[in-house]
Amino acid sequence: MKARVHVTLKNGVLDPQGKAIGHSLNRLGFPEVGDVRQGKYIELELAETDKAKAKARVDEMCRKLLANTVIENYSIELVG
Amino acid sequence: MKAAILVFPGSNREGDVAQALELVTGQKPTMVWHGDGDFEKTDLIVVPGGFSYGDYLRCGAMAAQSPVMAEVKRRAAQGVPVLGICNGFQIVAEAGLLPGVLMRNENLKFVCTDVHLKVETSQSLFTNRYQAGQVIKVPVAHAEGNYFADADTLKRLEDRGQIAFRYCAPDGTVDGTGNPNGSINNIAGIFNETKTVLGLMPHPENAIESLFGGTDGKALFEGIVEALS
Repeated sequence: MKARVHVTLKNGVLDPQGKAIGHSLNRLGFPEVGDVRQGKYIELELAETDKAKAKARVDEMCRKLLANTVIENYSIELVG
Repeated sequence: MKAAILVFPGSNREGDVAQALELVTGQKPTMVWHGDGDFEKTDLIVVPGGFSYGDYLRCGAMAAQSPVMAEVKRRAAQGVPVLGICNGFQIVAEAGLLPGVLMRNENLKFVCTDVHLKVETSQSLFTNRYQAGQVIKVPVAHAEGNYFADADTLKRLEDRGQIAFRYCAPDGTVDGTGNPNGSINNIAGIFNETKTVLGLMPHPENAIESLFGGTDGKALFEGIVEALS
């Protein structure tokens, strides 16, 4: 089974990288781009067949290492 | 006073801290490798600057989970003083020894410059050689020093006097002008509740010789030695 984890900054936390990306896109001729938020995408190969168990384990991984919940949110998607 | 300095793959200021400590104690500190889950008892543990584990994932995130940090957490809970400088601050924050997090600098640039700091309190084992309100000059060198904590945490830190240093103008004015990274409330360094853990982004260990730009950082190490000897 594969887990896809998205880690993003919480709303209200300043995202200077997102801002810089937005400015660049505006300058490149994409004036329709407003607020930009960037984050991380992590793909994990898991030796687990039970979806509920996998979800609980990946959730623990997110809290322990993959995300810093002071400033980041995470979402988990299981595939296969 | 015996001190231990942690060394991670990618640490690079451990030698500078060792030199600063040797200068004021006359004793060589013990260097402790990140994989060592146990090491000799010391009066002080220093987590130095650098780019532990290549700053992968988030600065300090991997190092915070290393075997040596599990032991540091145990000792910190027993009251052994811990000093985290720069990447060391990021590591102790990620390890949960200090609240909040160090984010990417607001202007996205790596800042390498001298900054002025206002000493917020002399009532700690780290700052007893300074006066409250004193302005000192020390260097910073980082890309992720933008301190952030949620409003409740910040209020708690302020109310309990856990702010150690703030970025300021050369005359001591704290109005954001001397803030190199966008840190909330101009915070450069904080204590834990018992003031036995200090984390700061600036490098006092690089302000100990007048030949190299100043000696304002030396009093921090002298104060620690005085408090722990």
